[in-house]
Amino acid sequence: MSLSIDDVNRIARLARIRVGGDEATQYQARLNDVFTLIAEMQAVDTTGVAPMAHARDLFQRLREDVVTEPDRREAFQAVAPQTEAGLYLVPKVIE
Amino acid sequence: MIQQTIKQIADLLAGGKISSVELCQDYLVRIAAHNPGLNAFITVDAERTLAEARVADALRASGKAGPLAGVPIAHKDIFCAEGWLTTCGSKMLHNFVSPYDAHVIEQFKKTGMPCLGKTNMDEFAMGSSNETSYYGAVKNPWDTARVPGGSSGGSAACVAAGLAPAATGTDTGGSIRQPAALCGITGLKPTYGVVSRYGMIAFASSLDQGGPMARTAEDCALLLNVMAGFDTRDSTSLEREKEDYTRDLAKPLAGLRIGLPKEFFGEGLTGDTATAVQVAIEQFRKLGATTVEVSLPNSGLSVAAYYVIAPAEASSNLSRFDGVRYGYRTPDYGDLTDMYEKTRAEGFGAEVKRRIMIGAYVLSHGYYDAYYIQAQKLRRLIAQDFAEAYKACDVILGPTAPTTAFKLGEKADDPVQMYLSDIYTIAVNLAGLPGMSLPCGFDGQGLPIGLQLIGDYFSEARMLNVAHQYQLATDWHQRTPGGF
Repeated sequence: MSLSIDDVNRIARLARIRVGGDEATQYQARLNDVFTLIAEMQAVDTTGVAPMAHARDLFQRLREDVVTEPDRREAFQAVAPQTEAGLYLVPKVIE
Repeated sequence: MIQQTIKQIADLLAGGKISSVELCQDYLVRIAAHNPGLNAFITVDAERTLAEARVADALRASGKAGPLAGVPIAHKDIFCAEGWLTTCGSKMLHNFVSPYDAHVIEQFKKTGMPCLGKTNMDEFAMGSSNETSYYGAVKNPWDTARVPGGSSGGSAACVAAGLAPAATGTDTGGSIRQPAALCGITGLKPTYGVVSRYGMIAFASSLDQGGPMARTAEDCALLLNVMAGFDTRDSTSLEREKEDYTRDLAKPLAGLRIGLPKEFFGEGLTGDTATAVQVAIEQFRKLGATTVEVSLPNSGLSVAAYYVIAPAEASSNLSRFDGVRYGYRTPDYGDLTDMYEKTRAEGFGAEVKRRIMIGAYVLSHGYYDAYYIQAQKLRRLIAQDFAEAYKACDVILGPTAPTTAFKLGEKADDPVQMYLSDIYTIAVNLAGLPGMSLPCGFDGQGLPIGLQLIGDYFSEARMLNVAHQYQLATDWHQRTPGGF
């Protein structure tokens, strides 16, 4: 397989990364190199093999439904680009 | 002082021969002198270090200190440390002063081990040469025209150059072991789940694991005692009895069965690296070990499977960097999508963007089964190979990296060549096994060569025993680069 420029632009939109006109061609070449490497996988017959999502068989632990975290809103918002009255500010989404 | 192990430093502190403040001052002087040339640290904050050293000295004076109190350590800039700039090697976090401590940082603080600084790394741990760091490449102390390996390259370089007695690292596909090999130090990636990932900025969550980097296996055992432990804040942290990883160090190696995977000794392994590993195998035989050929037939596909699974997880993990809650935000934007897209285009470097895009693609509709599920199936085959191999041996041995340190810029424009630097280490992460690298010789140009040990799940104490016995019989780990 090989990615087209349209594919590159589609992936960039999915990933929320702005890719300028010239850049798309560069990404296309490099990404296609990587996909050539990845394509080696397709030669292996994995019929009947269960996918392994994780290094160890784990289960999610449960805990009591009680508050465990202290309120550290001010400390966490101190590192945010823009806040006001305890809220994170972003460009207006709804008119 | 500078060549000393943390074991030796701890003894000096215990004997009252030196204080933690004096120790840290010595290291800070060395960092000031040599870091401009090596670029091993992103952040050095002498006042903060000395404040932590004073706390350590007070802890010792109170009589409540453990053996490592006062021994300084450098931390990879992937670990959130309260009050420290924590960049993960990225412009995206160029202004992120962490409001909290990672579990690993908490553990070192409780032990009273002051932080000497935050070490340079490939951006978001994506790289094998440290050249993807927004803060510039790290230089290898053995030859400053060469890379230190990556992604924990700053940690490896600062230990090799004696700018810190030890450092933390993280390993997703070889990022502790490969730089340890290229810089001539000892590094251990524990079994997945042994060290908490809380506060360790996530790259590929099913593969990431923190571990120690130091001069000796004995030091790594002492450090792992501090780092390991159950933590409810990491959902994959393993609830196990606390272990003493130094308990088996002194055991003789008679009867040890070493597995040699034939795939690791094939045509890809040549020259001085092949010779050094063979000499190391002979040394282990002299120490009473026997060797047996084993096979990891699917290991050749580990790089391909990894470059599906790791980018897939990265594309999800790194979606949190959008210019809203922390870090960089583009100065000039229109609507919300415009802000996201420009922030991420400007805040991430080229390699990180490539991996996010690969991940977005392999997870997207129509490609998920062909790529992501196929890679996960291969992952199981790779893990099963190891399980089969451990029926015949106690530990697997091979090279850590196919070559010694390469030149800065040599592979920077060829991602696939760079990825192949991790050909012997990646399978270990996919299986979740512990692995370590220790020095086993030098090539014709005087560059260090690393020997890799891969253990079965939770066999860290045994691996450290094997490495320690080797280091009692050899002196490769005591060699240091000239000029430092």
